Amino acid sequence: MNRIVEKTILSEGVKEIIVHSPHIARKRKAGQFIILRIDEYGERIPLTIADSDPETGTITLIFQEVGKTTYALGDLEVGDEILDVVGPLGKPTHVAKIGTVVCVGGGIGVAPVYPIAKAMKEAGNKVISIIGSRNRDLLIMEEMMSAVSDRLIVTTDDGSYGLHGFVTDALENLIEEGEGLDLCVAIGPVVMMRAVSNLTREYDIKTVVSLNSIMVDGTGMCGGCRVTVGGDTHFVCVDGPEFDGHQVNFDELMLRQKIYLKQEKEAMERYHKCKLDKIAEREGVR
Amino acid sequence: MPGDKVVNSKTAQKGKAPKALKPKKPKIPRQPMPEQDPLERARNFNEVPFGYSNETAMIEASRCIQCKKPYCIDGCPVEINIPAFIRAIKDGEFAKAAGILKKDNALPAICGRVCPQEDQCEKVCVVGIKGEPVAIGRLERFAADWERENMEIIVPEIAPPTGRKAAIIGAGPAGLTVAGELARLGHDVTIFEALHKPGGVLIYGIPEFRLPKSIVMAEVDYVKKLGVKIVYNAIIGKYLTIDELFKEEGFHSIFIGVGAGLPYFMNIPGENLNGVYSANEYLTRSNLMKAYDFPNYDTPIMRSRKVAVIGGGNVAMDAARTALRLGAEEVTIVYRRSLKEMPARDEEIHHAKEEGIIFKLLNNPTRINGDDNGWVRSMTVIKMELGEPDASGRRRPVPIEGSEYEMEVDTVIVSIGNGANPLLTRMTPELKTNKWGNIIADEKTCATSMKGVYAGGDIVLGAATVILAMGAGKVASRAMHEYMMSLDV
Ligand SMILES: Cc1cc2nc3c(=O)[nH]c(=O)nc-3n(C[C@H](O)[C@H](O)[C@H](O)COP(=O)(O)OP(=O)(O)OC[C@H]3O[C@@H](n4cnc5c(N)ncnc54)[C@H](O)[C@@H]3O)c2cc1C
Ligand SMILES: Cc1cc2nc3c(=O)[nH]c(=O)nc-3n(C[C@H](O)[C@H](O)[C@H](O)COP(=O)(O)OP(=O)(O)OC[C@H]3O[C@@H](n4cnc5c(N)ncnc54)[C@H](O)[C@@H]3O)c2cc1C
Ligand code: SF4
Ligand code: SF4
Ligand code: FES
Repeated sequence: MNRIVEKTILSEGVKEIIVHSPHIARKRKAGQFIILRIDEYGERIPLTIADSDPETGTITLIFQEVGKTTYALGDLEVGDEILDVVGPLGKPTHVAKIGTVVCVGGGIGVAPVYPIAKAMKEAGNKVISIIGSRNRDLLIMEEMMSAVSDRLIVTTDDGSYGLHGFVTDALENLIEEGEGLDLCVAIGPVVMMRAVSNLTREYDIKTVVSLNSIMVDGTGMCGGCRVTVGGDTHFVCVDGPEFDGHQVNFDELMLRQKIYLKQEKEAMERYHKCKLDKIAEREGVR
Repeated sequence: MPGDKVVNSKTAQKGKAPKALKPKKPKIPRQPMPEQDPLERARNFNEVPFGYSNETAMIEASRCIQCKKPYCIDGCPVEINIPAFIRAIKDGEFAKAAGILKKDNALPAICGRVCPQEDQCEKVCVVGIKGEPVAIGRLERFAADWERENMEIIVPEIAPPTGRKAAIIGAGPAGLTVAGELARLGHDVTIFEALHKPGGVLIYGIPEFRLPKSIVMAEVDYVKKLGVKIVYNAIIGKYLTIDELFKEEGFHSIFIGVGAGLPYFMNIPGENLNGVYSANEYLTRSNLMKAYDFPNYDTPIMRSRKVAVIGGGNVAMDAARTALRLGAEEVTIVYRRSLKEMPARDEEIHHAKEEGIIFKLLNNPTRINGDDNGWVRSMTVIKMELGEPDASGRRRPVPIEGSEYEMEVDTVIVSIGNGANPLLTRMTPELKTNKWGNIIADEKTCATSMKGVYAGGDIVLGAATVILAMGAGKVASRAMHEYMMSLDV
């Protein structure tokens, strides 16, 4: 179960793995995610299902190495198994023929935006995608996004590729161009989603964001993933992960993502040390 | 033992057991159970009581007068033949005692530990009228532990295959009971469990120091030995729907035992600050994910200094005692009614007090205050007094105006109860629920509004007890058996 059948390095620190998980592959819809636990000692972390192939029974996960668990996941090789994969979780994206949909993905956010862009395209919408990263080397999934979009705009913060600037700059240009936008889907770092939502609010463009709060069970049992949307508390894992960007309290979300910073750092340092020790041991034997 | 005094005084307070009028000749007192020193145990996760020795168990068993009309049996939701098992212990026939228990209760080692005995079997024990009741729970625990430690687990005879398939949703006490019973009757049984481990609240909620996980796993192993299959990481409603279980997977009957796992919050300002947990999250991180052993286990939990736990049930006691063991300097239970109304078991309250947990009764938080970085800094609390009885018959707490004060804390654990998790029912509109979201099921059969679908435990009763969940499991298994056998397969 949950064997890794393919592994690709997409950019520095961003990896794609294809995992054999036939049931989820068959069931999942755009916008949904899984929660995995690598081994008996592992933490449960959520990752979006970027793609799936019901025929071969596989799901695609794309992740950025930011801490202990994602690094450890990145260190697994083809043939390794992930102990637990649970899903599909969360509500699927509401996909319908709406008209023109702009899909905005920032950084690793391109991975979760991809299945939505694909589904929107398949539903007959005109899909314009804006993807951005800090620099050219960090940009991921350009070709995949291009394949499911009528138009693709790329931005880099440092101007090393595509347009120089943020995704919001490109979005603003697009709006100014007079492109009638019926829906905006924005996924990426919280600051980016907040900026996009602030911008689209001015133009009254409906905006959907996908929130990445800290989770444990993913079934609505712990309440750890709670966010404030429109003044009410919601659980991201069961009520989301997608919410109306104009209603989300992003500042609270940002603070809540930092609850375990100290411990996360400790775990990471320990993991690096273990890895170095292992390498040293191996070299020592040789 | 002081624990016993608490039990007794509260029963007396409630006016249920009249006090002895004239003292008779000294009888054998209720035998205390040795336990870890409070100050030592407040810093470790090992089980608190050590259990009876063979000798103590036999002495305690001799206190039972073997009533002709044993009221204690009526007090037990699964009607264990209490005098018979106690008799066997008295005679030193421990295996036989365990056998008698197993006939009516598949999880005696668990019930002996967590049943609210003082409100059930022991409450009506005749010996308790003039003194302290026979320690039925402790004896139950003793016999079950003795069997587990000294004997190979004997798997009872299993009926020949019936060709019927049953699906059980949720591996909590209710689901495990149904699964075990149906497997014995020859059905092909599969449990679908949302989490990566079986046991439900027994594994993610009740802490190790109160119910060692090895005991839960031993009970689960037993159910597996009966031929029950368990599929983990399978959230019904997402992974498969009830409809698909019938139509695609070919199950003939389904039991829903998904528990009451939706944490309530207070809806007061500041509840989403960093440092505010639901008891469910706090306990799940510590128990299921083993955050108490961070960094050996990856899941983090806050390292708190001053903790306030809101609520007065077993869950609140578990959260408070866990916080202490995780290293907090000061842990306070904040409860809006008085000690008398506290729903937690007497033994838990007593243990918590012994370990140094502070009780602020008739106090209710009105807001949680944060610092500039979004972390809990303090909690504003208002004092309460008891007014007229409310619908539940308990006196309603009313705030005393102008009595608000601030309490310095860095962590708040909200433990004011759990509701029905709507995940499954939302996906299954045909399932009738009440206004709280609990599934409506027939008391005598556990049948729901959907044909072939049965439900029991917390999802029907609201947050209740382990033994009631098991009792429902038994009722459901009988009805499911009958239903499945009536089908042409
Ligand atoms: C619905 C959802 C979908 C996601 N999809 C993707 C994806 O497709 N690709 C991707 O790279 N990332 C995704 N994430 C984020 C991913 O879960 C975190 O990067 C990951 O948990 C980090 O774990 P770590 O141990 O490597 O790092 P840590 O050092 O533990 O944490 C780094 C940061 O990640 C966040 N985080 C930590 N633990 C958790 C947790 N248990 N649950 C959620 N967030 C946590 C915190 O903000 C933390 O500061 C998603 C998150 C959510 C909620
Ligand atoms: C902290 C705490 C302490 C307690 N202390 C005591 C005590 O001392 N004595 C006592 O008698 N009672 C106590 N209780 C109450 C007792 O634990 C419950 O009444 C009992 O566990 C209910 O059993 P259940 O089988 O109905 O549900 P649960 O034990 O809640 O089990 C339900 C199971 O179903 C799974 N599930 C949920 N949804 C799905 C789904 N959609 N698909 C698949 N699986 C699903 C859950 O993951 C869980 O494993 C306590 C409860 C808590 C939380
Ligand atoms: S199961 Fe509970 S109520 Fe029944 S005898 Fe045992 S302790 Fe008492
Ligand atoms: S009521 Fe008490 S004394 Fe009588 S049989 Fe039951 S346990 Fe024994
Ligand atoms: S992750 Fe526990 S409720 Fe959402």
